[in-house]
Amino acid sequence: MRLPDGQPAARVLAFGGYQPAKVVTNDDLAATVETTDEWIRSRVGIASRRIAGPDETVADMAVQAGGKALAASGLSPADVDLVIVATCTPEVQIPNVSASVARRLGIVAPGAYDLNAACAGFCYALANASDAVRTGTARNVLVIGAEKLSQWVDWTDRSTCIIFADGAGAAVVGAVAEPADAPGIGPVHWGSDGDLADKIFIEDRNGFIFQEGQAVFRWATSALAPIALKACEKAGVEPTEIAAFVPHQANLRIVEAIARRLGAPQAVVASDIVTAGNTSSASIPLALSRMLERGEIASGSHALLLGFGAGMCYAAQVITVP
Amino acid sequence: MAMTEQEILAGLGEIIDEVAGVPADQVTPDKTFVDDLDIDSLSMVEIAVAAQDKFGVEIPDDQLKDLKTVQDVIDYVRRADVSA
Repeated sequence: MRLPDGQPAARVLAFGGYQPAKVVTNDDLAATVETTDEWIRSRVGIASRRIAGPDETVADMAVQAGGKALAASGLSPADVDLVIVATCTPEVQIPNVSASVARRLGIVAPGAYDLNAACAGFCYALANASDAVRTGTARNVLVIGAEKLSQWVDWTDRSTCIIFADGAGAAVVGAVAEPADAPGIGPVHWGSDGDLADKIFIEDRNGFIFQEGQAVFRWATSALAPIALKACEKAGVEPTEIAAFVPHQANLRIVEAIARRLGAPQAVVASDIVTAGNTSSASIPLALSRMLERGEIASGSHALLLGFGAGMCYAAQVITVP
Repeated sequence: MAMTEQEILAGLGEIIDEVAGVPADQVTPDKTFVDDLDIDSLSMVEIAVAAQDKFGVEIPDDQLKDLKTVQDVIDYVRRADVSA
């Protein structure tokens, strides 16, 4: 028996993002449920969000984001051996999303699986991708977070319909350019707390997303900063060396509360939620791709990623920005 | 040793300054969170989380709605601190 030759370290080669065309503003929502633009902005920090068309699927959005990341990476589809789609909102459970997404991107016969760690999904998938490259089970991995939360939201429930949205984000993961190069993806610090499984859930296949907002807010603002700092410690990177903090875009109040506790005063803090809403596993790569487009983060700098959500599940890692 | 009212008030002032941007000198015992200090229920949760770090006193969500003034929080922390 033998094992493949691994690589010393993995890195992110490129990011890509996709948002559906339809913009839904707070005023649009205020026309159908009892809420106001001011209340939504002050409580969750969202000004507008994107919602997929009725026939636009999780796979459609995944293909868009994955295609952009692949093009930006300079690789060809034949270079990709594994496709992981992090999602908790597929239209159906069988078949998975990833195999059809791979086929539509021209990636022939890769390993393909979906991963559900809710809003932490992208960071879990990124860790899996890094490990696959390091152990030699894949040369390059396409990691996608794609969600159509709108199809699991009760649009008459003002506590959830103001938050959740649709979109996709992707990353291509491969080996570092030279074996001696520093790793581009640090060790993941991940975990879960099943005692809180009843704080965010969908009751059954006909149900909608429910969350106990105050309990989730308390957990997020108390438990997560130490988890993010643990990822820094595992990577050997001081919080003061972090150039960008990109947590899951759950609620701007949560993002800011965690950021205050990090001791990373010079880090740009992702606030993509303002115009993207909460897109669950898509939010981190979507935010990163848009921050890169706007030139907010420099190539080669360190970004701290923190995914967290239903389960509760969480995962954090430091990456080098491609 | 139990904390004095002044120590709790000073600590609470620091917390509220950090969480809600309200200058500590405005945090006096008679002030109400909602009407005087413009602090909403999410900020109250953050204050409770920070108070746990600072004072070692847990204020559960179901107790928060009863803490309407700065003095209410001081009293709550003192009671919990004594019984701990």
